[in-house]
Amino acid sequence: MRRAYFKNNWVAGLMVAPQLIIVFTFFYFPTSQALYWAFTLEQPWGGGNTWVGFDNFRTILEDPYYWSSIWVSVVYAVGSTVLAVGMALTLAIFADRQLAGYKLYKVGMIWPYAIAAPAVGLAFRFIFTPGAGIMMFVNQLFPHLWNPVDDGNQAMAMVIVAGAWKQVAYNFIFFLAGLQSIPRSLIEAGAMDGARVLRRMRDIQLPLLAPTFFFVLVINITDSFTDSFGIVDTMTAGGPSRATNLMVYKIFNDGFQGLDYSGAAAQSIILMLLVIALTFVQFRYIERKVHYT
Amino acid sequence: MADIQVHQVRKSYGKTEVVHGVDLAVATGEFIVILGPSGCGKSTLLRMIAGLESVTAGEISIAGRVVNDLEPHERGCAMVFQNYALYPHMTVAENIGYALKVAGLPKADRLAKVASVAASVGLTEFLDRRPGQLSGGQRQRVAMARAIIREPAVFLFDEPLSNLDAKLRVQMRHEIRRIHNQIKATSVFVTHDQAEGMTLADRLVVMNKGVIEQIGTPEDIYHHPASVYVAGFIGSPAMNFLSGQISAQHHAVILANDARIDIPAALAAQHDGALTQIGLRPEALTLVPAGQGQITATFDFAEETGPAKLYHFRFEDLTISVLSPEKHDLQHGQPMAIKAQPDAVHLFTAETGKRLTAHDVARERVPA
Amino acid sequence: MIERTPVLNIATHVILTMGLIFLLLPMYLVIVAASHSLQDVVSVPPNLLPGDQLWINLQAAWDKGHLGQRFVTTFIVAMGVMTGKIVLSCITAFGLVFFDHRLKMPIFWAIFITLMLPLEVRIVPTYAVAANAFLPFQTLLDLSGLTWLVQALSGIEIKLEWNLLNSYAGLIMPLVATATGTFLYRQFFLTIPEELVEAAKMDGAGPLRFLWDVLIPLSRVNIAALATIMFVYAWNQYLWPLLVVTDQSYAMIAVELSRLVPKFSATGGEVPKWHIAMAGTLIVMLPPIVVVVFMQRWFVRGLINTDK
Repeated sequence: MRRAYFKNNWVAGLMVAPQLIIVFTFFYFPTSQALYWAFTLEQPWGGGNTWVGFDNFRTILEDPYYWSSIWVSVVYAVGSTVLAVGMALTLAIFADRQLAGYKLYKVGMIWPYAIAAPAVGLAFRFIFTPGAGIMMFVNQLFPHLWNPVDDGNQAMAMVIVAGAWKQVAYNFIFFLAGLQSIPRSLIEAGAMDGARVLRRMRDIQLPLLAPTFFFVLVINITDSFTDSFGIVDTMTAGGPSRATNLMVYKIFNDGFQGLDYSGAAAQSIILMLLVIALTFVQFRYIERKVHYT
Repeated sequence: MADIQVHQVRKSYGKTEVVHGVDLAVATGEFIVILGPSGCGKSTLLRMIAGLESVTAGEISIAGRVVNDLEPHERGCAMVFQNYALYPHMTVAENIGYALKVAGLPKADRLAKVASVAASVGLTEFLDRRPGQLSGGQRQRVAMARAIIREPAVFLFDEPLSNLDAKLRVQMRHEIRRIHNQIKATSVFVTHDQAEGMTLADRLVVMNKGVIEQIGTPEDIYHHPASVYVAGFIGSPAMNFLSGQISAQHHAVILANDARIDIPAALAAQHDGALTQIGLRPEALTLVPAGQGQITATFDFAEETGPAKLYHFRFEDLTISVLSPEKHDLQHGQPMAIKAQPDAVHLFTAETGKRLTAHDVARERVPA
Repeated sequence: MIERTPVLNIATHVILTMGLIFLLLPMYLVIVAASHSLQDVVSVPPNLLPGDQLWINLQAAWDKGHLGQRFVTTFIVAMGVMTGKIVLSCITAFGLVFFDHRLKMPIFWAIFITLMLPLEVRIVPTYAVAANAFLPFQTLLDLSGLTWLVQALSGIEIKLEWNLLNSYAGLIMPLVATATGTFLYRQFFLTIPEELVEAAKMDGAGPLRFLWDVLIPLSRVNIAALATIMFVYAWNQYLWPLLVVTDQSYAMIAVELSRLVPKFSATGGEVPKWHIAMAGTLIVMLPPIVVVVFMQRWFVRGLINTDK
């Protein structure tokens, strides 16, 4: 613990106050407001909200569209996470060998992180559109093979590829940093012990990368629940027939298009609980972080 | 068992050369210590022997086989790293046995060997622990055990004791020497600590700025340092250096203030008039009554070392240290006479810093 | 290290090159599309080489999307978020690390928790706040009975209102309201040796002096790291500006981009102007890519230290 502190606590108060005010206004108040709305219903002719208990939750949990939105979110989460984490891990562990061209590979794999979700969405929507370019050509060779505008599974696949593409760079950065924080002498000791490249990856690098791996895994799942709005909105707008209507997108639609604040708030609360649960899982793994000797 | 031959080995990183053509022969079973300050290229040399760095030019052979292009595990070397490099996710037993596992030894044989090696370094009760749960000394033992278990022909040590506290360091030094005496593997030990080098080595290699300054037994290097650099690096407290001119007439080196230090006549005759750096070890100097000394210097301060006291004097603008077991009660600023033992005077050329010696030929020609 | 692994080296290059192709190919296709006329874009077989229409399409996208004005707006917002984050994070972390008071840990946790819930999951109520930024305070006053008390005593009804819709403040402030940067600074401040604080005290420097003369100069790398990630973060905002802006003079660039193409739907309609849309995509992508590629070192550092 530190011992050297400044004494004038009013200065500390002054320093912390702006952040606290902003956090209260834009974080705590809205979050509690969401709770309030989730347990109340607005009266149609004004007169404020009445307490309805868990009615709002009951309504959405009985709504098959809500369950389909959960299912769609899970499919998206699993699909994009497996793809993005798997690819990034493979690329990072081989890039970490630092053969010729290492710097070029690195830049090439990091830059997609800079691109805005709607730009990614738009680019992939173009690439996968049956109305132009490659997919149009494919459809000419194999008629009716590809039509995400009608086929929900194809639309989902398209959104997953775009989401994963955007996420690979982020994961790559973390995996590479994780690999490079493994002391070099451990790899050398492995080489002295007779373990060759692939064996060292398996016995030394991958086990020591486990904390980074779990961290990245959880962040990917969380991001897929929250950060997917831009991609879905530009690529499919939740369609066709709600096949890509992720939870975040449904909240936005119900709240701002449908003006059902109470329903949207209840959905927000469920999503928040989900995200909080994932964060706790993440803390568990961070605590078990390996300490290098 | 294996000898190591290093022939004209160079190492460059890009355009910077850090090892400039090193030659070294290590005999089978010998314990060699490479000594030098940080950045002198000693670790690089060791890592080239290990195969962790490629050799830019020259040749390294182990047991008569050129190993330049062999991978580390093909060279029959084991290495103890400075930070031990223990695998944090494996238990002590797994750490020690990993090389055998990679080599594909059956599990039962492996465990038996791990148990016996662990017993020999006193680790039996820690086999199930992880490195993070061990003390520094215990980690050091695991690192040793991991090297021993492979029964290597060559042992390499990269400053393995520098992370330990002073007491443990001495203890581990003894242990390393004991293990060496048991298994007699050819060993190369890199360190910047001259005490470690002096006590461990059969032969010492002193390196500086990517070249070898001197190779010899610790005794030889202490008594006949080949250069000012070696003389200053070896021995504690450090050697005093004064500059002067050799005079054949006086069989002496003439210092400032007409102070004279006697040297062998042959040496004086051969290098008459040469400018020289004279090196005097503090333990080879004695304080004598006024008039009997060779140098008169003023007392500055003293340091207690236990068995002896180290007295510091000012001579011109230099410091002269004298290590004396006798007690002297001196006042600051007091002049004192100092005498050097004639056989413990080291002379070096003023220009290159190399040792001045009397050639045998010269001795015949100019009788003393 | 000396290692003869020719086969594995080839395999490594093959794997990495395939990865690069996966990541670069989409962008190549965007460039190709942006450099042809619409006719050529929708022709079969597809054009796989860039055409000569790039400049024309870029200009068309620039004019059609009013990208010049959107650039300015987006740049102002990005700078605002960046500066706001840097300043707020710095002083908050300073107040939490270099002082000792009972509220320290509660405040720390109050700020830390905001990391858990991104803006997206609390978007609906946050929007309500943006319509009146004083709503939280009004609610506090109402709940505590102060409104009633003041009205009863003086006859004045307290009505606080500050509409943030269609304003820079409304675009910027909610994006600043998380703890990311605070933790970057906190971690860095915790590595500052105590002796430095003690030396400053001996020299007679007060806390603010210490912050200005010692901490800020020392945290230059931190500032660069935070600045790069915040610039990219703010530049790429989509959901929040989509909601909070109805007056197009405050529209941000990512939102404008999505308007270049009609929404995805089964009912067909006109063929989207892909060539213009892709040219627009190129323009919108460019500034953050420049930041990430040229400030890679700081960017990577910032990303890793804020999230971990």
